[in-house]
Amino acid sequence: MNRIGAWRVLSGDRPGHPAVSVLLLMLLFALAFAPFLFPGTKSLDAAARICIFIVLAASYDMLLGYTGIVSFAHTMFFAFGAYGVAIPLAAGNVGWTAVIGGTVVGALLAALVAAAVALLSLRVQKIFFSMITLAVASLAQLVATQWRDLTGGEDGLTFSLPSVLSPAFRLFADPILGVRITGRVLTYYLIFFVALALFVLMLRIVNSAFGSVLKAIRENEFRAEALGYRTVVYRTIASALSAAIAASAGGLMALLLRYNGPAVTLSFDIMVDILLMVVIGGMGTLYGPALGAAAIVMAHTYLQGVLENGHAALAGIPLLAAMVHPDRWLLWLGSLFVLIVYFLPGGIVGTLRQRIAHAK
Amino acid sequence: MAEPLLSLSGVHTHIGQYHILHGVDLVVPEGELTMLLGRNGAGKTTTLRTVMGLWRASAGVIKFAGRDITALPTPDIARLGIAYVPETMGIFSQLTVRENMLLASGPAGLNAARLDVVFALFPVLKQKWHDAAGGLSGGQKQMLAISRAMAEERRLMIVDEPTKGLAPAVIEHLIGGFQTLKQSRTTVLLVEQNFHMARSLGDGVAVMDGGTVIHAGAMAALAADEALQERLLGLSLAEHQ
Repeated sequence: MNRIGAWRVLSGDRPGHPAVSVLLLMLLFALAFAPFLFPGTKSLDAAARICIFIVLAASYDMLLGYTGIVSFAHTMFFAFGAYGVAIPLAAGNVGWTAVIGGTVVGALLAALVAAAVALLSLRVQKIFFSMITLAVASLAQLVATQWRDLTGGEDGLTFSLPSVLSPAFRLFADPILGVRITGRVLTYYLIFFVALALFVLMLRIVNSAFGSVLKAIRENEFRAEALGYRTVVYRTIASALSAAIAASAGGLMALLLRYNGPAVTLSFDIMVDILLMVVIGGMGTLYGPALGAAAIVMAHTYLQGVLENGHAALAGIPLLAAMVHPDRWLLWLGSLFVLIVYFLPGGIVGTLRQRIAHAK
Repeated sequence: MAEPLLSLSGVHTHIGQYHILHGVDLVVPEGELTMLLGRNGAGKTTTLRTVMGLWRASAGVIKFAGRDITALPTPDIARLGIAYVPETMGIFSQLTVRENMLLASGPAGLNAARLDVVFALFPVLKQKWHDAAGGLSGGQKQMLAISRAMAEERRLMIVDEPTKGLAPAVIEHLIGGFQTLKQSRTTVLLVEQNFHMARSLGDGVAVMDGGTVIHAGAMAALAADEALQERLLGLSLAEHQ
């Protein structure tokens, strides 16, 4: 594909800094060939989570970064998609209709609820939207844990996937480049390509005329209204789109885990992670949350292991060894976030883009 | 005098506990450029914002093309064909010059013929077409704000102090732009403190003080009557200099 074609796929949204371009290309390359570059269940699971969280964080960025609305219900929409897939599959409807239909129903329900919350609250003030999303998210958590017949309660739902996605499935008799193409690898590539398509779709949305209006509203609501734009309508549509995409990511999560429960898609910890991914990567850039998602999933997956090695290496030095004890991984993760926010206030992508802009 | 396109009758506006407009009566005839003059704090900007529905009139009637728009939401007022260029330039600094222009265009996108007019008036915008509007100079931002109001055919342009803080050379450039607008018979309501600009552009004039219109008439009459200028503008200016 030539350069112009590549920019077209990205809707003309250039990364804006050579370092960002390099990081994004490395991420794309690593994810595209993850089963071959990083064999092993843990690595493939981490790569799939990165793909899913890129979609989830970028969809949150569409809301927070492009319209300036803070929502606490993004994990609820994520869960809508996950339960949308899990409920029919757990009921024994193991087929693609249940997978696709469940995701579509979850996404539609998420869009409807998001639109209703937005229409009810955004007319008044953005802070009411945030408060209502918090209340609705808590309600959803209560429903998920209490309505055991439908959701499996705290235990969640375990289910089987269509046979082509099952670990026992072999696409080819012989390995390709030393890797057996199992149902697990096929599940990974399904997640990868859907996530890639959703990310490109989001780039298209934020770089469209609709996206320009969102950016205008974020910058000055009154000016946008004076140009004839109904800001409530635009914010409601953005909220519904963001929720539907988050639900699609939830459907992918259910496929990856073959399980869904409140802890994996509804937890408030996930909401905090999404916020960190967006803030650390750079709000209002879409590329930033992609890098933020990769960094945080990697930190969650590997930081404990790195500290374990460090702890073993420093075993003879009492204070240092204690500081890098694997149990203190959250302390190091928190310190890393504080440093990033302090030194890169616009997030990784935002700050690098600002540097380029100042250099011009 | 032509038929009024915009009229305000006895308009009062309160902002919080403050009573800013005290019964404004103002007429903007179709096809003319009406200047709204007055010292700082006279209520000019509040009048414009009240017309746009950004602040609500607490009493009185605002009519546009014969229709009562007093209670209409701002986007609906804008869609009737009113372009508003606020005092603070009103551009979106995080968007490019092109995106700023697109925002003001209709669903069909940018109008090539109108774009030619804009580029002829303000060639610098063509050079900066893909640059972030936040990086433009003050004068260029004002040119963009005015150009955005010209991106589509509007029935009325409301412009608030376009020359504020600009260099004399840029002001002359803007005067040229407004003269072109006048030739196209676009109806304009222009707030301005610069009397040189007001005199060279205005067909009609209204002078405000204390939240009400204290004089309305032809610009030529005010320009020719130094005593009236002294009474309406000189006195009030002297009080605040």
